[in-house]
Amino acid sequence: MVVLDYGSGNLRSAVRAVERAGATVTLTSDLDLAMEADGLLVPGVGAYAACMKGLRAIRGERVISRRLAGGRPVLGICVGMQILFERGIEHGVETEGCGEWPGVVERLQAPIVPHMGWNTVDVPEGSRLFAGIEDERFYFVHSYGVRDWTLVTNDRTPASLQPRVVWAEHGGDRFVAAAENGPLSATQFHPEKSGDAGAVLLKNWVSSLV
Amino acid sequence: MSLSVRVIPCLDVDAGRVVKGINFKELRDAGDPVELARTYDAEGADELTFLDISASHEGRATTLEIVSATAEQVFIPLTVGGGIRSVDDVDRMLRAGADKIAVNTAAIHRPELVAEIADRFGNQVLVLSVDARRVPAGAEHRTDSGFEVTTHGGRKSAGLDAIAWAVRAAELGAGEILLNAMDADGTTAGFDLELIRAVRREVTIPVIASGGAGAVEHFPPAVEAGADAVLAATVFHFGTLRIADVKRSLSDAGYPVR
Repeated sequence: MVVLDYGSGNLRSAVRAVERAGATVTLTSDLDLAMEADGLLVPGVGAYAACMKGLRAIRGERVISRRLAGGRPVLGICVGMQILFERGIEHGVETEGCGEWPGVVERLQAPIVPHMGWNTVDVPEGSRLFAGIEDERFYFVHSYGVRDWTLVTNDRTPASLQPRVVWAEHGGDRFVAAAENGPLSATQFHPEKSGDAGAVLLKNWVSSLV
Repeated sequence: MSLSVRVIPCLDVDAGRVVKGINFKELRDAGDPVELARTYDAEGADELTFLDISASHEGRATTLEIVSATAEQVFIPLTVGGGIRSVDDVDRMLRAGADKIAVNTAAIHRPELVAEIADRFGNQVLVLSVDARRVPAGAEHRTDSGFEVTTHGGRKSAGLDAIAWAVRAAELGAGEILLNAMDADGTTAGFDLELIRAVRREVTIPVIASGGAGAVEHFPPAVEAGADAVLAATVFHFGTLRIADVKRSLSDAGYPVR
């Protein structure tokens, strides 16, 4: 698999964590490699606008969309999840995202922000990503999140293919902690920093890759 | 569902070895940082903090290697502080595998550094470390809150109100405050609850309480006073307290732990 290198943050941990989950990993910004890989991991830390700028600079948004069109797995982490949505609003500045999912990334409405630390998550039935770790805590560090999940799915979509949305709560505010939607998965928290629970999640994802 | 209280061991690292002094004045050797990091991870530490106290360039280079080696083996968040003076220093540490960077003295001398780091890497990487104490009786100066910022391991006053400084740093973009209570540090008589309360009242970013822990029953009052996380060094290194015991104490007091 490929960890997409577009100039964002601590990539070493992400690489080591998926290696530990059993994957053969290449850290690269090469789009052909990113396209061909069995799985593509899109990390991301820092500002939404800066991440989108970095992603567009290597045309990463096109690789994500082409992979998904072909049913090829993509996993976004933290801001790498946020940029999958339509847009992000930080400090009043609106930035267009990849638009793979409808929705807006906006500031958390909680007494203490950033939301920093180990939190529980609310996992729906049938989640593959969270199999065996439904009751574990994961490490979050973010000030922005997706507070409404607005993807409309066809009633005829089989239950097994319906999106699974995992929620978390902080200071009275509720937001998307993770989502699984066909080939596209994402977590707001950092599985690569979430100890053994994070390792299981990454293993679940890696073992789903063909 | 809610965030758990983070229990964070702090490793003071000098040229590749872990040391921790009583009131920072005497140093004792407590071992290999990578080994300690692995042990703490296994014992349930929620994060790790490395404080680089190396005086030399060579010492700092060694710290970078230790950060890399730790990040390769330990899959919980790692904060590194000590000697961070520029955006480039932060970049080097993050590339080595650190998740967060603590700044202290350099931010006092040049507060814009806080904004520069936050703008480049995001608020979440930036921990403002504040060495705070009560303004000593008989000092010529005073502060509004009665607390002041110190430098040089608590030996010099920086001439800043500690609470006002925490507020300003949060406005400039710090994502978290590491609050080192210099009056309590090394006493093992408990956290400085008055100081924690004073900071908690004024800032809306997470606060890590540090300094003074000596027994498991010292931890719940720090959380009650407003700490989101608790940090200790000596008591963990020398096995006076185990992380699991601290967590049990917090849990018994009704606070969520991992």
